[in-house]
Amino acid sequence: MFQEMFQDPLVIAGREFGSRLVMGTGGADNLAVLERALRASGTELTTVAMRRMDASGGPGVLELLRRLDIEVLPNTAGCRGADEAVLTARLAREALGTNWVKLEVVADERTLLPDPVELLDAAEQLVDDGFVVLPYTNDDPVLALRLEQVGCAAVMPLGSPIGTGLGIRNPHNIELIVSRASVPVVLDAGIGTASDAALAMELGCAAVLLATAVTRAGDPERMAAAMRAAVTGGRLAHLAGRIPKRFWAKASSPELDYVG
Amino acid sequence: MSLGTVAVVGGGVIGQSVAWRAATAGHRVSLVDPAPGSGASRVAGGMLAPLSEAWPGEEDLLDLGRAALAHWPRFAARLTAATGGDPGLRTEGTVLVGLDSADRAELDRLAEHLAGLGHAPEKLTGRQVRALEPGIGPEVRSGLLLAEDLSVDNRAVLAELAEAGRRAGVEAVAGRAVAVRGNRIRLADGSTVDADVVVLACGAWSAGLHPSLHAVRPVKGEVLRLRARPSALPPPQRTVRALVQGRPSYLVPRAGGGLVLGATQYEAGHDTEVTVAGVRDLLRDAERVLPGIAEYALVECAAGLRPGTPDNLPLIGWLEPGLVVATGHHRNGFLLAPITAEAVLALLDDRPPPAPVLAADPHRLALTREPLSGVSR
Repeated sequence: MFQEMFQDPLVIAGREFGSRLVMGTGGADNLAVLERALRASGTELTTVAMRRMDASGGPGVLELLRRLDIEVLPNTAGCRGADEAVLTARLAREALGTNWVKLEVVADERTLLPDPVELLDAAEQLVDDGFVVLPYTNDDPVLALRLEQVGCAAVMPLGSPIGTGLGIRNPHNIELIVSRASVPVVLDAGIGTASDAALAMELGCAAVLLATAVTRAGDPERMAAAMRAAVTGGRLAHLAGRIPKRFWAKASSPELDYVG
Repeated sequence: MSLGTVAVVGGGVIGQSVAWRAATAGHRVSLVDPAPGSGASRVAGGMLAPLSEAWPGEEDLLDLGRAALAHWPRFAARLTAATGGDPGLRTEGTVLVGLDSADRAELDRLAEHLAGLGHAPEKLTGRQVRALEPGIGPEVRSGLLLAEDLSVDNRAVLAELAEAGRRAGVEAVAGRAVAVRGNRIRLADGSTVDADVVVLACGAWSAGLHPSLHAVRPVKGEVLRLRARPSALPPPQRTVRALVQGRPSYLVPRAGGGLVLGATQYEAGHDTEVTVAGVRDLLRDAERVLPGIAEYALVECAAGLRPGTPDNLPLIGWLEPGLVVATGHHRNGFLLAPITAEAVLALLDDRPPPAPVLAADPHRLALTREPLSGVSR
């Protein structure tokens, strides 16, 4: 029974992943350190920026992921418009032989916030073209629903802007998105430390995607292990069901002694 | 005195340093490169800055870098003695600056890390930074002074290495190497070059020459060259390294008002085209650090390929009988050139190399022993 509680795969578009932690490689400057962090994270799915890698198959991040048997999720980081994102996704499909894409269309370089208009447009085009689309989106419940309606395989709302480590700024919105979604909700961006990842899972997210929080941590390998534990802990807490919050104390041992 | 024959493949700063030092030591040396000094070494910034590059988990690299730094003053003096030229060694140090409070926290973390290793840097406020370098703008709010870090004029060094090598009797072979096995080099025209020892120093092109160097990968970097115009503030005295909302950049002064601004870092195979975004990002961040550069001339935009390795340490040592490798120096080619040359000389003479070089043993990487599929032997 105890072991079974940990057999709880993440399912996206019919594919099962043993880990609910999706990693990114941005910010990693040392492949040997990244390798140790990826191993410690237990991740089975990791996103890489199409525009920041050597898709021709050199001995970089891609080869590392293949060696570790981690599925590659190409992303469209750096794209500012729908057409650009669609082109980048198609190049990724051609180069890597996968029709999965983490769709990222940002509005400006300063906030790196998703551009909702371009994002929805690109998502629709890519779904129609046969892609499994995982869009990085604002924590906007309406937009999340619209993305699901055009056929995205998951929705990935931000906790806070990319690389800020500010955690989940609007937990209520994440709960709203989760409560209406019938596809997996993946908390993407803003995670700073383990408690942020645990909170995402407690709110009902199916998985957490993070990069900087691990790659730029003082000890990336240890932080990756922390995130793994936090995601597992948060998931179990969500499934277990938390107690209601009360204003007044309530004794945990019974007030009347029935034992006799 | 003539010792054995040595053929060096690759005429970047590493290959040329090895060739010159080996020829001076009495070896008969040839240098195989169709265009020496035209690759990443020409694009480089020329920073000799192990402290400001330090990062937790890379202590071996810091030890190697600090040992290398100690070699530079004598190496530069020898070069000047050999050619009468000036490699542009600057001893004013490096000031590392940050803009927002998160940048400051990163600087604090580096300072703490260095203090733990016994190299505590001096912490500066924005005002103190501007007292040292008046051109630095008002957005800079914190800094660290790393007085030990040096810089050189990379192109002056390359020119002098070429001249010093010529005078020491290094024979130039203008062929392009396509494979190296043991002490034999195969050239693109089908001919071969044999020597008692071959030294492979092909930087980002090393992987294609020998299957055991598969893990050496090209890491693209764009670098701009600026020059102060008469109407503009002069460049800083020190090397300025900046964190602008987490994005790193550097500005290295040159004699005559020159300023080298770098560098982007990403992996795009052997692509050396300069992109619009690369130039924009560098200029945008640099202008926030040194607002006066808006009045500078933009002289050159170039991209080079750093030879990266999985753990960011170079590969220096015997790879197989007859073949020494000296590659994978990543961002640190100029810094590590003198100690690499000394290490290769020691290996040629059957002496142990300087101790910090042992961490660069090419056999440390499992990958170099087991080339992955797709690479034919």
